[in-house]
Amino acid sequence: MKNKFGIVLNGLITENPTFVLMLGMCPTLATTTSALNGMGMGLATSFVLICSNLVISLLKNIIPDNVRIPSFIVVIASFVTLLEMIMKAYVPDLYESLGLFIPLIVVNCIVLGRAEAFASKNNPFDSLLDGLGIGLGFTFALTLLGMVREFLGAGTFFGLQVFPEQYGALVFILAPGAFITLAYLLAIMNKIRKVS
Amino acid sequence: MKKLESSLTNMMLVLGGIAIVASALLAWVNVLTAEPVRQAEIAKQEKAIKDVTPAFDNSPVADRYEVTTPAGEVLACYPARKGGELQGIAVESYSEKGFSGHISVMVGFTPDGSIYNYSVLKQGETPGLGAKMGTWFKTEKNRQDIRGKNPASDNMTVSKDGGEVDAITAATISSRAFLDAVGRAYEGFAVSQGVNALPNDSADAVSGATAIVEPSNPSSNEE
Amino acid sequence: MIYITMFIAAVFVNNIVLSQFLGICPFLGVSKKINTAVGMTGAVAFVITLSTLITWLVYTYLLKPFNLDYLQTIAFILIIASLVQLVEIVLKKISPALYQSLGVYLPLISTNCCILGVAILVIQKDYNLLESVVYAFSTACGFGLALILFAGIREQLALLRVPKGMQGMPIALLTAGLLALAFMGFSGIVKL
Repeated sequence: MKNKFGIVLNGLITENPTFVLMLGMCPTLATTTSALNGMGMGLATSFVLICSNLVISLLKNIIPDNVRIPSFIVVIASFVTLLEMIMKAYVPDLYESLGLFIPLIVVNCIVLGRAEAFASKNNPFDSLLDGLGIGLGFTFALTLLGMVREFLGAGTFFGLQVFPEQYGALVFILAPGAFITLAYLLAIMNKIRKVS
Repeated sequence: MKKLESSLTNMMLVLGGIAIVASALLAWVNVLTAEPVRQAEIAKQEKAIKDVTPAFDNSPVADRYEVTTPAGEVLACYPARKGGELQGIAVESYSEKGFSGHISVMVGFTPDGSIYNYSVLKQGETPGLGAKMGTWFKTEKNRQDIRGKNPASDNMTVSKDGGEVDAITAATISSRAFLDAVGRAYEGFAVSQGVNALPNDSADAVSGATAIVEPSNPSSNEE
Repeated sequence: MIYITMFIAAVFVNNIVLSQFLGICPFLGVSKKINTAVGMTGAVAFVITLSTLITWLVYTYLLKPFNLDYLQTIAFILIIASLVQLVEIVLKKISPALYQSLGVYLPLISTNCCILGVAILVIQKDYNLLESVVYAFSTACGFGLALILFAGIREQLALLRVPKGMQGMPIALLTAGLLALAFMGFSGIVKL
């Protein structure tokens, strides 16, 4: 049991996709203008990651090696499209604010990377857990980044006003702020990892 | 189970099979979600209309009609009625003059032509600057609030252009574009109600005939 | 005229990397040397223009008439992936010299989100065929400009002493942030 827990923890901390592996940078930077947007994007990606990991692991024996990548891509793209339709129907506001980055989950290197590196070699249950762990790690990173940017830029915390908006540094919500915030978060993570 | 060999037949079969299953699944979900998607769109439109008109008991979306302004633009109007009596009209309008181009707004007028409320449907203005248009023009502060004003009698341009509305701080272009859209909406309203449209036909200048339009000094860091 | 505006907008104002956040992975990954940056730009420009052309045709004449819009994502990504493979094979046969310089970057391209991103964007923006192709090419130029500038800065950066915690990715991201800040100065010069 401890081993299973380890798989989840591995994705969440040891191999955190954003802070350690540096994968899937586009949505990380683009959709984190607020904590809620970041979280929404993280959860959407987690959904695709878990489903595709599970299905690919189930199918791993009937997929010939040479068409491995195209098959994976089709599976991932189907789940992304599925997600797109569901979001459009039930959470249209979130769908609109994430926009282009929902279909772009297909080319998120994390999803294909996990399919190739983990799901195609392990049993379905472990793959599911791996998807969950990595997905949570990604969601955590995006929410954190969104939280910092939203707080510094607009003075809000998950939409709640903490200090008056006019004291916020707008640049953190704009494009440059995404790069700068992530740079400092990474530097802090590096420092923490070295100490521990 | 042994891994399948990479022979041509196997590859074709598997890839084809996956593709067929995937598209069948998607087609099914597509049919399944088509109705909720349509509902969500209608709900969104109805909410936008509800936000900008007095209470109504008809279905403005069902009563939708289109008008053509003197400048030739086609706008959608949603009449809000209560007990058969016209309470207000929501006009869907737009402007191409935004800092990042297209802006679309829903403006609600009461039958006498004054603005009841508005809501911004779509805009791509800079977050924190022009994007504030969603709340700025309904905040009761200085001369920001446009609610209750009547474009026929009030000069609906930014103060920099000699008008009566305070522009969003550091976002004059966005503010101008927003007021341009409001002015266009009023023209649509005027046509639909048979009221005389504004003195000048051009949709660009919403200013009344008496307005003095000062040339604005374009400064680069303002939008 | 509209094409010139479009070009300027795509290269400077709405730079694909620095303001739209597409194609960040190669932007951070292959920007350590100017040479590789130039190679990557060439490969991207080639593939992006070709793939946008094909996906536009497929969408307009195949998916749209049969109401298969919902297969857009799957169709586009498969077209792009197979196109990249095809280009690699053809290039190897026809022009070994070009293959030498672009070849190594081609496999990296299928997961470059700016290719799929642009293919979807031109559909969303309702561009016609010529506009789509011009837009795709301009976007690639914008990508190249950002990438090459960034590589130039990073070459210099490698010679400097950077605080320990900031070494590697953090300082690269910080530099990218400053570059994005500089590009914000272009905002508002043209409208689309």
